[in-house]
Parts: sequence; structure tokens; C-alpha cells
Amino acid sequence: MSDPIPDIPAEVQALVGVIQYEERSTFPIEMGYVYNTCAAVQNGNPLYWDAAVAEELTGGQIAPPTMMSVWFRPHYWAPGAEGEQKALQAHFDLKELLDLPEAIIAGNELVFGEPVRPGDVLTTHQIVRSISDVKTTKVGTGRFWVIDVECHNQKGEFVGKDTYSCLGYRRPKS
Amino acid sequence: MSNAVTRGLTADQVQVGQQLPTLEQDVTATTVVLGALASRDWRPMHHDKDFAINRNGVANIFINTPNNAAWFERYITDWTGPRGRLGRMKFKMSSSVFPGDRMVMSGVVKSVDTDESGCCWLELDVAVSVEGVVSTSCLARIAIPENDEDNPWSRKADRWQP
Repeated sequence: MSDPIPDIPAEVQALVGVIQYEERSTFPIEMGYVYNTCAAVQNGNPLYWDAAVAEELTGGQIAPPTMMSVWFRPHYWAPGAEGEQKALQAHFDLKELLDLPEAIIAGNELVFGEPVRPGDVLTTHQIVRSISDVKTTKVGTGRFWVIDVECHNQKGEFVGKDTYSCLGYRRPKS
Repeated sequence: MSNAVTRGLTADQVQVGQQLPTLEQDVTATTVVLGALASRDWRPMHHDKDFAINRNGVANIFINTPNNAAWFERYITDWTGPRGRLGRMKFKMSSSVFPGDRMVMSGVVKSVDTDESGCCWLELDVAVSVEGVVSTSCLARIAIPENDEDNPWSRKADRWQP
């Protein structure tokens, strides 16, 4: 059996619904990662490989919609940065604040607005939407939480929303 | 809009219950690492077998969530053609996909509807399975053209309701 999971501290509950980690993509959107992503899954959609098709259908080159989260992952290392650089920091904060050392992403929902184009500079923020009561699952005991990551382009247009349902947990003591 | 390259599925060619052609893919360590690095996911369970086994307690490195989404996108738009425009995807992860697995992607059309702006939406139930067991399911909403003249990518603001 693991140690009992403590109640949710008031300062953690107070984070629910609050906009956190407003940030800008660290580099303008570029096609190199688009080609890497398409190659990794053998996506031959001419929209991404043929500039004439992209011009005809979308008025120019775009990135695959499912790449939305790619643009906000920090570099593994950057000058002046200390410690491991992590995406979805609100998730790692909750792991620490709730003393739940392990975590998995149990579900994910993506909504897509305006296409992302090379040269775009995107902004994002994270919002913790909910934190559950204590649950026991096959991997351990902990809590589920839901985090929205909302994204806009430099024109203020809605680009998309990435919603993560996460489970933070402690592995059962063997 | 009649270019043979860009012509794809139109609303009149789709009906509820229609099956998408299956896609089978052998997964290797390279598949996993390529996907993780392309999605800028540097977490060690997607490239470090020792970490995956000894820290995460899983069998091997495994395909990460954003790359899973990219596989689904590729699968769906292989079927619709380039004018297919994804509006929404909802994933449920049950188990992971590891090197050595043969990933099988399948899908079925759950609904075909046209919204008030005239956009044709398909709701698809798609899944990745390994040895007959679903590892990730995805409910996808994708816009396709009503006809050869239509193009969902031209929709903005109130005319795009994902």
C-alpha cells in the first residue's frame, strides 16, 4: 500500500481556472519540422510537400494541424536555462504540488482553428480546468486533472486548443 | 478546383457505416524515435529503453502522444485527400505501441452532417490496434468538400465551426 494521498491544498485548488504560463513560440514556424513530422509517419499529403497544391487549397504552405503542440515544446537546452526544460509545465507543477511522482496522459482532445503557416509566431497559455478526488487505477493511486492549452497566432486568431486529461499517481509499494 | 492531385473525397461519396481502408505499419525503435524527435518530445521514455523499462515499468520505448496524433492525421487524410480539413480529434489511450508491434489502423464513418454554414462534417471512429487489441481510439471530426467546387480550407470565422 502507498501512503495516503493528502487533500488538495487550497493554493493548488486556487489554480483551477487561472491562466498560467502565457508564452510565445521560441522560433517562427518553419517547414523543416513539417517535413520531419510528415516523414516520421510517411504522410504524403501533397498539401505539405507540393507548394503549388498548398497555394491552390490554402493560399500558401501550412503545417499539419496535429503539430500544434510541437511549436511550444522548449529546446532540450538553451543558454541561461537551468534544469530540464518541460512542455505543459502546469502538469509537472501539479505532480509536484500534489506529491504524485508518476504521471500518464490518459486522454487528449485537439480542436483546430486557423491553419498554422511558416513565419507565424504563436502564443499560448495553460489553464488547469479540474482536479479529481483520489482514484485507484491499475497503475496506482492518485488524481486525474484536466489542462487546456489554448493557442493564437500573431493576428490574434484562434489556432487551436489542446486538452490533456492526466493521471498523477504513486506506484503501489511492492 | 478540378486538379487531379487535389481532388479527393466529396460528400456524395461517403455514407454512415462506411469503413476506411486499413493501414498496417511495423513499428521499430526508429519509428518511435523519429516521431518523438519530430514532435520535439525529448522525454526519455521515447528514446531510452533502460529508462522506459526501469523507471516507467513498461516493456520498451513507446510512441508518444503527438506522434500518435500525426499517425491518425495521416491515416484520415490519406482517405479524404488534401481537401479534408480536421476540426477536432479526441483520443483515448489504453495501452502503448512498442517496437516490434504491428500497428493496424482502422476506421468507420459514424455520421455525415452539413452545418448551418454549409460545411460537410464527418465524424469518424478510428483506432490503432496491436494484435487485435485497441491501444488508442480517436473520435475525429473532419470537414470534406460538398462537391468538386467546395474547399473546407477556405472557411474562416463563423464559417469554420470545428
